[in-house]
Amino acid sequence: MMQVFRSLRNSALFVASFCVLLVLPAHAQDWVHIGSNIPTDTQRIRLAAADMKPVGNDPQTPVLKATFDTTLFHDLSNAGIFDMVAKSMAPPVTPGSPQEINLAQWSAAPASAAFVAYGALSSTGGRLVVYGWLQDDRNAGSPPILTKQYSGDATDDQARTLAHQFADDIIAALGGGVRGIAETKIYFVSARGGSKQIWEMDYDGENQHQVVRAGILSLSPRISPDSSRLAFASLGREGWSIRMYSFDLGRLVAFPPGTVGGSNLSPAWSSDGNHIAFSSSRSGDPDIWTCDTNGGNLKKLTAFRGPDVSPVWNPRTNAQIAWVSGRTGLPQIYIMDTDGGNVERMTDGGYAISPSWSPNGQFLAFSWNRKYGPGAPGGQDIYVMDIASLRWLQLTHDSGSNDFPSWSPDGRHLVFERSSNGHTSIWTMLADGTQQQQLTQTGKDFMPNWSWK
Amino acid sequence: MISRKTLTLSLVLIASFAVVAGCKKKPVPQTATAPAATTPAPTAQLTATPETITAGDQVVLSWKTMDADSVSIDGIGSVPSSGVKTVTPTTTTTYHLTARGDGGSTDATATVTVNPAQAAVAVPENNQPMTAEQMFKANVQDIFFDYDSYDVRTGDEAVLSKAAAFLAAHPEIKVLIGGYCDERGSNEYNLALGENRANAAKKLLVQDGVSPNRLRVVSYGKERPFCTESTESCWQQNRRAGFSIDGTTGN
Repeated sequence: MMQVFRSLRNSALFVASFCVLLVLPAHAQDWVHIGSNIPTDTQRIRLAAADMKPVGNDPQTPVLKATFDTTLFHDLSNAGIFDMVAKSMAPPVTPGSPQEINLAQWSAAPASAAFVAYGALSSTGGRLVVYGWLQDDRNAGSPPILTKQYSGDATDDQARTLAHQFADDIIAALGGGVRGIAETKIYFVSARGGSKQIWEMDYDGENQHQVVRAGILSLSPRISPDSSRLAFASLGREGWSIRMYSFDLGRLVAFPPGTVGGSNLSPAWSSDGNHIAFSSSRSGDPDIWTCDTNGGNLKKLTAFRGPDVSPVWNPRTNAQIAWVSGRTGLPQIYIMDTDGGNVERMTDGGYAISPSWSPNGQFLAFSWNRKYGPGAPGGQDIYVMDIASLRWLQLTHDSGSNDFPSWSPDGRHLVFERSSNGHTSIWTMLADGTQQQQLTQTGKDFMPNWSWK
Repeated sequence: MISRKTLTLSLVLIASFAVVAGCKKKPVPQTATAPAATTPAPTAQLTATPETITAGDQVVLSWKTMDADSVSIDGIGSVPSSGVKTVTPTTTTTYHLTARGDGGSTDATATVTVNPAQAAVAVPENNQPMTAEQMFKANVQDIFFDYDSYDVRTGDEAVLSKAAAFLAAHPEIKVLIGGYCDERGSNEYNLALGENRANAAKKLLVQDGVSPNRLRVVSYGKERPFCTESTESCWQQNRRAGFSIDGTTGN
């Protein structure tokens, strides 16, 4: 009897402590949700995306419509701010204009949508035209929030592009004015062609292709804020140099400060596009250097013995740089002013690498193995840290080795590299660690970098 | 003399451990119905790198065990469950590791063949003259580093002095020093670390009189591994400053 009582009491204690554990993470994540502008599950906007109504009888229309519908639904689901109405819950009639929509049907159960996106799609004479509307279901009398026409060539690629544009307009309208990321690109390293080279893809993993082939191998792609140039590190016969590729010219262009002797690694753009930070060992030890984009005004910011690498600018101010330093042993994340002063260590131990600064300047995302050491089976995971308070949240758990987080321009998403069982792939997730998705499948893809727009 | 005493002592220790282990094991038959899987036998790995040396050179012993309560290496004594240690055997030696745990004990051995010390420049035993490449390899040997470290190990200063002497005798040879890292950690950080490793080797060669103009440093980080398994002995192979002929002056 006594024993039963004791075990009951123990299990009550166990349940109580479990409840505490359950409650704590929810609170702990609030600062991440607020800072990254991600609503909690209960705050998400209930949104329906109707299939487009096909107009005309061009044989291409059904194919393009299918691509458009799939892409739009995926973009909106992926945005991190919507509770999407499943397609199966849509009312039977597909609306193609404000005259045809019955908002009461969409706001009623089972759809229960607060807003509905809909429209018409036609393909004629090789042109694809989409009319898109967004409407508040609960204010039937008010005009549509969004009325817009999108057009392009009648190709599958353009159908995806137009869907991305419509999605980003909807997200901007309902997501507090922050534009979506459906039209952004991700740059990465892939060894699928033999040697590691720089590749590009759409934010959803579509349209993967090589950008440039340079040197024996290339790493660390960083796209410029205006998307016109790509800086990266390339291994040539004489060692590592920072190279610069121009999308406007379709070729490599000169970047003299990146080719001086010693290893030149890990370039980073300031958000105004005027400056580059990078690691160089031209003075005998890998240190952080900065210069103007045209190569002038070269400055060395660090002077400690040991590796200094992977700088990133505070994109809100461009007055601070976060980077990785091995000055006290295992690599840690540090922050300093752009004149090299006010050095502050951010991580309290372990093996911390690959910082990425959130667009609003508030957070650092980085890769951290908090139990690194010989015989210590710690995981290399992605963390997000609030810079002002130094509190952090682990975003990946028990899923291989994770590295190179990079923020999306809306500050709600991260792209990162995940390696497990000898296969390395590019993944994305929301900044709270949810909605993890694999984008590449070759097993040989590394070091992603999200475009600025 | 001292080392022999230590050896005897550790043998005594091992013997007494064995007795204790024997005592503990006696009750086992009484609970023979208990599944054996609850206490797995320890696993043990021991490797020596390189396996063949010239007297006076260093060898890196690295070991890894699981499910062991006590681990010892004859002649060294009690050691952590996994680790790395540099030794300088003067004669051919077999290192014997014993890992003991609740599930029993497991042994692992690694043999290092020690050749007698030779003249500064190796002479091949047959009458075929060595190629320049072979002479270089025999005299300018790669050095290895502890994890996340770019400090040259104490014994490796002698390896680099030997290399410097060879380079002094062959002033036409230019050298490429590659910095290498194991697979753990980030590509970017490892490139910087590899740079530090190669530069640490370069600095000592320059101190030993080699002109810096003959030495070129390239960090390969973890991009060019010598060994691709995820084991400590493989990682040790990859944490190195590697030397190769980078052409000759006058070319």
